[in-house]
Amino acid sequence: MNITGSQQPLPLEVEALSKSFKVGPARGLSVPSRRRATRAALAGVSFRVHAGEIYGVLGSNGSGKSTLVRILSTLLLPDEGSVRVFGYDAVRQAASVRPLLNRVSVDPSFFKPMSAMENLLFFGRVYGLSRADVRRASTAILERLGLDGEHAREPMLHLSRGQQQKVAVARAFLSAPRLLLLDEPTTGLDPRSKREVQSFVAEARRDQGVTVLLTTHDMSEAEHLCDRVAFLSAGKLVAEGTPLELRKLVAGSRPVDEVGMEDVFIELTGRSIEDDEEAEAS
Amino acid sequence: MAVAELSLVRQPRRVALGWAFFERQANLWKRFWAWELVWLLYGLVNTLSITFIANEAAKSGAVRAAQQPRLTMFLLIGTLVWAYLSAVLEDMSLTIMWERWEGTIEHTLMSPVPRVVHLVGMSVFGVLHAFVRTSLVLACSLPFFHLELAGADWGAAAAVVVVGSASLVGLGILASILPMLYPERGEQMSFMVQALVLLVSGVYYSVNVLPGWLQVASFVSPATYLLRGTRDALLDHAGFGAEAGVLGTLAVFGAVLVPLSLVAFGIAERWAKKTGRLKRQG
Repeated sequence: MNITGSQQPLPLEVEALSKSFKVGPARGLSVPSRRRATRAALAGVSFRVHAGEIYGVLGSNGSGKSTLVRILSTLLLPDEGSVRVFGYDAVRQAASVRPLLNRVSVDPSFFKPMSAMENLLFFGRVYGLSRADVRRASTAILERLGLDGEHAREPMLHLSRGQQQKVAVARAFLSAPRLLLLDEPTTGLDPRSKREVQSFVAEARRDQGVTVLLTTHDMSEAEHLCDRVAFLSAGKLVAEGTPLELRKLVAGSRPVDEVGMEDVFIELTGRSIEDDEEAEAS
Repeated sequence: MAVAELSLVRQPRRVALGWAFFERQANLWKRFWAWELVWLLYGLVNTLSITFIANEAAKSGAVRAAQQPRLTMFLLIGTLVWAYLSAVLEDMSLTIMWERWEGTIEHTLMSPVPRVVHLVGMSVFGVLHAFVRTSLVLACSLPFFHLELAGADWGAAAAVVVVGSASLVGLGILASILPMLYPERGEQMSFMVQALVLLVSGVYYSVNVLPGWLQVASFVSPATYLLRGTRDALLDHAGFGAEAGVLGTLAVFGAVLVPLSLVAFGIAERWAKKTGRLKRQG
């Protein structure tokens, strides 16, 4: 890991980032009306991610995590504030930012009738990789994640949710991104698949020095993988630090060993994990 | 400021990037070969149903027997050009709609592919796909009619179709904006655009028979000139010299519509990113 105070541009610098959306039913062709109310998804969020770091962003449902990842991915324009990726402005220099990052979203989006390999060929080639490079790298990553060549030739429709998510992880790593955005990548995976994906991310950071921003609901995942963690609540960043620092912050007079990340989550966001899971299910 | 090494982002050849979109479309359509047969049959039945009207007109005395071959050819050209044009437009809008439903549009738009390469790559497949399908319908239709093709200038007709295809690419890109912004209703809205083009372009009749105000609309439809040029070449044996005006007009349409559609797509994409409309729905 290379967390230093050098003059190299940081992989990610987020300053006073704000984003609001119109809410409520739209009329006609869904053209936003001035009368519709707005909801702040992000309100003045600032943080920095250092080279080679795995930075966790935790928060309840609707806290603004996915909005943050979409802005970093150049898929959403902020209302205010700035995002710099390796020194490039993510809004004004989006074309320079895009080759440097990739993303795994909570929902593995693919052309479902196409095979995993056909999907990977497309998504690898739009990053400028040759067909041979895509095949070689895909096979290696999928094998590492426990998917054999037979699965790669099957239509995505025939793969389980966990297998599809592994293909999504392979897609993100194909382009050898310098900044990887993982938006709840292990949600819905069985314990074994979850562990395989987590090990792969840790390995990639160790071997390739990739910087990772990870949003997750899984507190043990955050504690196990992340160097530092930030908590988002109602669009605001309410705390940031190493998992140990945050546990100490919440512990108060209690021994820190008695405070888990779930306690930190509840204390800082005012919600329990169960609340979130219920909200997600409803 | 970004360090020099970070500015060395890959600059792969644009043709290779565009080819990725062509290849993806081919992979998608080959999974739906049975649908291709259905559309081919539908196209053939549609062409025969409309073109047989010429036989009915001759039999009922509405036109003289000597005029029947010309009317047959007139209607056949109309149905085929319309089949070609609508296939290009549908291909483009269906692809974007598909990307919206699968959620892959976020991954496509965050990839480092210039939008012009993305859309032109998609369009080239759409044009070739439409051309192959229409040619098959033509080949299957020919045995049903007695056509007088001696003297038809196939070269000039082909030139009209090739030059006119550029403007169809422009229309196709414009049509694809609607499903990008309105995944629920966008495709239906693009059908409305097609319907207007069908009405004013003289597909099954000369534009002279339209009310004056609709004739004005026919002037701004590239399909009007595509149909006129094809009919002039095949029915009236017009060569390249006689077609110069139509070819020039179609070239101007292409030169205006393609950049205009790219700018419009860019504005729509920015608006979608401003309002958060790229997020998967459904």
